[in-house]
Amino acid sequence: MALTGLEIYKLLPKKNCGECGPPTCLAFAMSLAAGKASLDTCPYVTDDAKEALGSASAPPIKLVKIGAGEKVIELGDETVIFRHDKTFFHPTGIAFEVEDSLNEVELTQKLSEINTLEFNRVGLQYEVDMVAVKQTGDAAQFKQTVEKVAAGTKLALVLITEDPVAAGQALEVCKGRNPLLYAATESNYNEMTELAKKHNVPLGIKAEDIFKLSDLAEKIIALGHKDLVLDSGARGTAQVLADLTQMRRATIKKKYRPFGYPTVAFTTAEDPMEEMLQAQVYISKYASMVVLKNSAKHFVLPLLSWRQNLYTDPQKPIQVESKIYEVGNVTADSPVYLTTNFSLTYYSVEGEVEGSKIPAYIIPVGTDGTSVLTAWAAGKFSAEKIAEVINEIGIADKVNHREIILPGYVAVLSGKLEEKSGWKVIVGPREAAGISAFAKSRYGK
Amino acid sequence: MAFAVVKERYSSKVNEVVLGATSEKGGTRSHVLKVGGQTTLPYLHFEGEVPNKPIIAMEVTDVEPNWPAPLKEMFKDVYNEPVDWAKKCVAEYNADVIYVVLNGADPDGANKSPEECTETVKAILKAVDVPIIVKGCGDEEKDNEVLTKIAEECAGENLMIANAEQENYKSLAAACMVHKHTLIALSPLDINICKQLNILVNEMGLPLDRIVIDPMIGGLGYGIEYAYSIMERVRMGALQGDKMLSMPMVCTVGYEAWRAKEAYADGEEFQSWGEQSFRGPLWEAMTATTLIQAGADILLMRHPHAVKLVQKNIAELMESNKY
Repeated sequence: MALTGLEIYKLLPKKNCGECGPPTCLAFAMSLAAGKASLDTCPYVTDDAKEALGSASAPPIKLVKIGAGEKVIELGDETVIFRHDKTFFHPTGIAFEVEDSLNEVELTQKLSEINTLEFNRVGLQYEVDMVAVKQTGDAAQFKQTVEKVAAGTKLALVLITEDPVAAGQALEVCKGRNPLLYAATESNYNEMTELAKKHNVPLGIKAEDIFKLSDLAEKIIALGHKDLVLDSGARGTAQVLADLTQMRRATIKKKYRPFGYPTVAFTTAEDPMEEMLQAQVYISKYASMVVLKNSAKHFVLPLLSWRQNLYTDPQKPIQVESKIYEVGNVTADSPVYLTTNFSLTYYSVEGEVEGSKIPAYIIPVGTDGTSVLTAWAAGKFSAEKIAEVINEIGIADKVNHREIILPGYVAVLSGKLEEKSGWKVIVGPREAAGISAFAKSRYGK
Repeated sequence: MAFAVVKERYSSKVNEVVLGATSEKGGTRSHVLKVGGQTTLPYLHFEGEVPNKPIIAMEVTDVEPNWPAPLKEMFKDVYNEPVDWAKKCVAEYNADVIYVVLNGADPDGANKSPEECTETVKAILKAVDVPIIVKGCGDEEKDNEVLTKIAEECAGENLMIANAEQENYKSLAAACMVHKHTLIALSPLDINICKQLNILVNEMGLPLDRIVIDPMIGGLGYGIEYAYSIMERVRMGALQGDKMLSMPMVCTVGYEAWRAKEAYADGEEFQSWGEQSFRGPLWEAMTATTLIQAGADILLMRHPHAVKLVQKNIAELMESNKY
């Protein structure tokens, strides 16, 4: 159970030195209780107090970083089981497996495919995170491939090997990249933990099942390594779903320490589309990172879209900039649509305007990311506000007509808006889905 | 210490709802299907029962569908013949259910009469032996006319009829009650309206196990996360004993997924998204399987390849994960 601020305060040195940041020990205790501070920042805390407070003050799932420089992937540090309880914080890291048996040409091709996995859609940029090199032959071959991959990608690295000798050599050729070393198992964990400590890199742990994973994690924690990534060893979709759910629940609800680390899941499906759906299950249900095999764009885009959706903060709607957007080859005669700056509202309108095949301008009015009806009800989509935007945004310089299309749901605003803006108001359809028919009947030939 | 599995105990469960009726119950289906009945969150077999898998209903329209070209292409030999289309979905793609959308009833479109629409439904019932879901064209007045007529003419078949809405539920609820059908209650991404509508429909006398929730969804990339969270909350409500949220959930997967440019857009300018022929069906399948994770029980789908992928995903999720 988590301790309260006052319970923590009793164990602190009560010097009120302020060296930890907060001015008093009580303030520091409150920050610890809220999971916003780490006990390490107190220089005077006793070992006994550390022991007592260690488990209570740490966040339920440790934040683990993989990679260095411009590509650092943060995993873990989640606080809820359902996104509607707060939000999910650290999007599932996406890694692509590359076997060390690939020849020079194949490897270059594969890396180039992975390196170019970047997408722009609905104003957002999607990126992938890691390349996972898998050992299939001897240590020399693995080392060579790791060296080439390290030189060939800026993405973070994962080293998949259970051979401490191969791991040691590979770590030497990607110094400074902070790769994830995967995996320590029941039979090699002493050597692997030594290596991870020596090179100061995060360590993956793989066991035969979730119970053995718990035992193994405890042994490795006892050896003094704290940057861990957990794998129960399960590979069937339903079992992985169950294990990931267990690990999340045990940490969030019970503060079960051996599972207080990020998790990794591996897909097994051969068919690339089936593989993406399997990965979707793991992203939905708590995997901190997934390792995939297929990396063609059309397979990866839907998966990244879901990751982005899932990790959107339910309390902070995504917004688009309030400016003039041009859809198609607009002219001075093109129609002008009004909408709000809630990303989904804007992109629904944009999609339908594009679908109508009639070029047009769209002006999203800044409504703090709320939809048309919500914004109207909250007074953020009023005639005055809209008129101000129309007159200041410069649309009058772009078109030679003075007609503006208002969403049908707020038809009630049209009289006042005409009066305030001086533009003729056309009441458009209520839903974006009606735009195509509306545009064709009004502006089409 | 050894790890102890963390199990939740819920006080209640999701209603079990039957689709279709065999001759014993006054219908003509060769078999019925059940959905719902879960006593835990999606596919956590280790702590509860998941007695029924989600079912896939494939969409058939009574007039030529207004679908993006690459999707329509999949049904080019049948899309003008709803009966053949329905047969193909069952015989070739193993659709559990046929979802008949009567767009032809639209007063601004083909404006088919209630009698014509009834004929279409009856012809499909005759051609396939799986249960059927019937949806109107979206025009409230016309739908009330058309769907009540169908309910009457197909009495005893236990059709699933869509949609009852907050401002328009009485005729459909009454028709379902009198003629023994099941009703889909649609609420606009709002758990309070969802609950309120179920109460209203139930007060009309329709039993709770003859109501299914359509929570309204956004497609992948277009607000699916709103639906995902509302569905998670609805399902949690059901397990915690809220009788007015205890219905199985149905999702308009095909309709929403294929509205996305990412699903249908083809050609040079979209090459940075890869090949449409892969991206499109995967967009629909990803929409479906994501909602399955939030508790979807009935998936209304379109693309044969997407259907196949989702069938596979469901089969994997139905495997035991007991400890």
